[in-house]
Amino acid sequence: MGVRPALRPYLLIVPALLLTCGILYPFGLGLYYTLFDFSASRPRPDLVGFDNYRAMFGDGAFWDSAWVTVLYAVGAAATETVLGVSVALLLHRSSWVGRVLEKILILPLMIAPVIAAIMWKLMLQPSVGVVNHLLRPFGLGGVQWTDTPAGALLSSIAVDVWVYTPFVAILALAGLRSLPASPFEAAAVDGAGWWYTFRRLTLPMLWPYVLVAVIFRFMDSLKVFDIIYALTEGGPGDSTMVLQIRAYLEAIRFQRYSFGISYTIVLWAVVYLAAMVLVRHLGRVQRKAAEAR
Amino acid sequence: MTGTGTEGGGDRGAGTGRTRGRDGRAGEGREGGRDQVAGGRRKRGRDRVVGGRRKRGRDRDRDRVAGGRGAGRVWGWLADAALIGYFVFALFPIAWMLILSLKPADQLFSTYFSFTPTLGSYRTVLGDSEGIPFVRFFVNSLVVSVGAVALSLLVGLPAAYASARHRFKGSENLMFTLLSFRFAPELTVIIPLFVLYQKLGLFDTYVGMIWVLQLVTLPLIVWIMRSYFADLSPELEQAALLDGYSRTQAFFKVALPLVKPGVAAVSLLAFIFAWNNFVFPLILTSSEAQTVTVGALSFLGGDRPKYNLTAAAALVSVVPPLLLALTIQRYLVRGLSFGAVKS
Repeated sequence: MGVRPALRPYLLIVPALLLTCGILYPFGLGLYYTLFDFSASRPRPDLVGFDNYRAMFGDGAFWDSAWVTVLYAVGAAATETVLGVSVALLLHRSSWVGRVLEKILILPLMIAPVIAAIMWKLMLQPSVGVVNHLLRPFGLGGVQWTDTPAGALLSSIAVDVWVYTPFVAILALAGLRSLPASPFEAAAVDGAGWWYTFRRLTLPMLWPYVLVAVIFRFMDSLKVFDIIYALTEGGPGDSTMVLQIRAYLEAIRFQRYSFGISYTIVLWAVVYLAAMVLVRHLGRVQRKAAEAR
Repeated sequence: MTGTGTEGGGDRGAGTGRTRGRDGRAGEGREGGRDQVAGGRRKRGRDRVVGGRRKRGRDRDRDRVAGGRGAGRVWGWLADAALIGYFVFALFPIAWMLILSLKPADQLFSTYFSFTPTLGSYRTVLGDSEGIPFVRFFVNSLVVSVGAVALSLLVGLPAAYASARHRFKGSENLMFTLLSFRFAPELTVIIPLFVLYQKLGLFDTYVGMIWVLQLVTLPLIVWIMRSYFADLSPELEQAALLDGYSRTQAFFKVALPLVKPGVAAVSLLAFIFAWNNFVFPLILTSSEAQTVTVGALSFLGGDRPKYNLTAAAALVSVVPPLLLALTIQRYLVRGLSFGAVKS
């Protein structure tokens, strides 16, 4: 290449930059649309400034959605963390059972979330689903899993947990396998109990790894769409109407584009802020873990 | 965060068997509970004590930490039982789909575990006989996923290399912009694109789908490859330059071959994510370029949802990602965490 060396890195980046712009353009366009009352019924929209946002924040439905979204994200991320770390600890003991099972750990994670939701939908059908069939001996054969508000939210979280627990487990297991041996040997020599070792050694050193997983899971479940779309479509009532589902219904079903995009812009801002806070916290944790070693 | 894979890490002892939070989640707890017993019976804990192949000394001192031999063994059984419980929860839905898809339509609701297996559902799904062109959806999924990964590699590899090797003005910002795509709500981009594509004639086309899938594949490929390139020692390329190679040659003949396994793995992972995507085809395609993830839902529509067909369609559509996933096990940690955790 007969290009001046100083320019070369830019040249290599240019294609990616162009592509990035191609993705950023619709994003900017979306921001622009939210300032209009653009919908299928108003192809020549008027500039309305921040009216869309004002209408949204003044609407109880928005706050309901925000609440459901946060419930879902916290519920899913917390359950996946506890379960994933537990599974990782059990696998790390590395009995022959663990070694066999470790190979198939990732299967649920590689199934499209929407397909996972379809699977669970079939299994959770109240009358013919296999879950209630298996519960019948326990006198729980008639549970309306996806037809009651609480049940629908719990069911969708359960699908999320089913799909993504391996994600946390895989990262936690990688963390466990990279921990230094000497502190644990010292603890064993001192006769430290299992719980003490776990609280004082394992967990603090493992936490940076787990935190990466938690950040990913929390961010992703804030913008959940596939699982809820396939399982409940936001129902019954509005009990699982998370922000992205409501945005979809507004923009695509009712074709009120501007209003629908306003929902996603607010969600994007929330996710972005949460990410900043969590990543900063992660940096602190990593530094602390590095000092502790 | 670097985990340089120092094996060992002492022993966390047994006794993690009490996975709290395993119960009470949507009907899985009890199922798991029941199978724990079955699992307990299936296992003969002997193996652990009588030299079950010890792997690189990872399980030294277990019994000492767990407090005595007998206790350690019991805890070990409990731990294995809990593991088996979790894996029953993890694998049962897949097995159940297999059962459902092999059931004849008239035995769908009458019996649960006894039926005469038939491949009829697969014949219907793959024969397009329900008016749902599933084979076409499958091909569409292949085309757009491969296309998206190819385009991402083409522009992403040079970018990853440049940003790993040269710190230049704005490179960090650009990288973080790319990473922030990973956390942007998809609809923020899709709804404007939905409007835009209809004007541009990109709605329901391969090109439109491949373009928008860059949101999924490009950040993944750039970030992970960047961490691979950064791990390479620059001396190798410098040596090549001294031998009279040009920069471009050094990249193609030295750097790229060294990270080839990484490229292969990240390509497969990106393919899986593109394949599994649902939001984009749901909104930006209608029939011509529709993919399996949307297609699988259509068997649930209509006045009578066809469970066995849905199960067959679901299973067919997860075959490619599952097969690929098993081949990239070793690289998953880095890929899933965007290079933040190395294994």
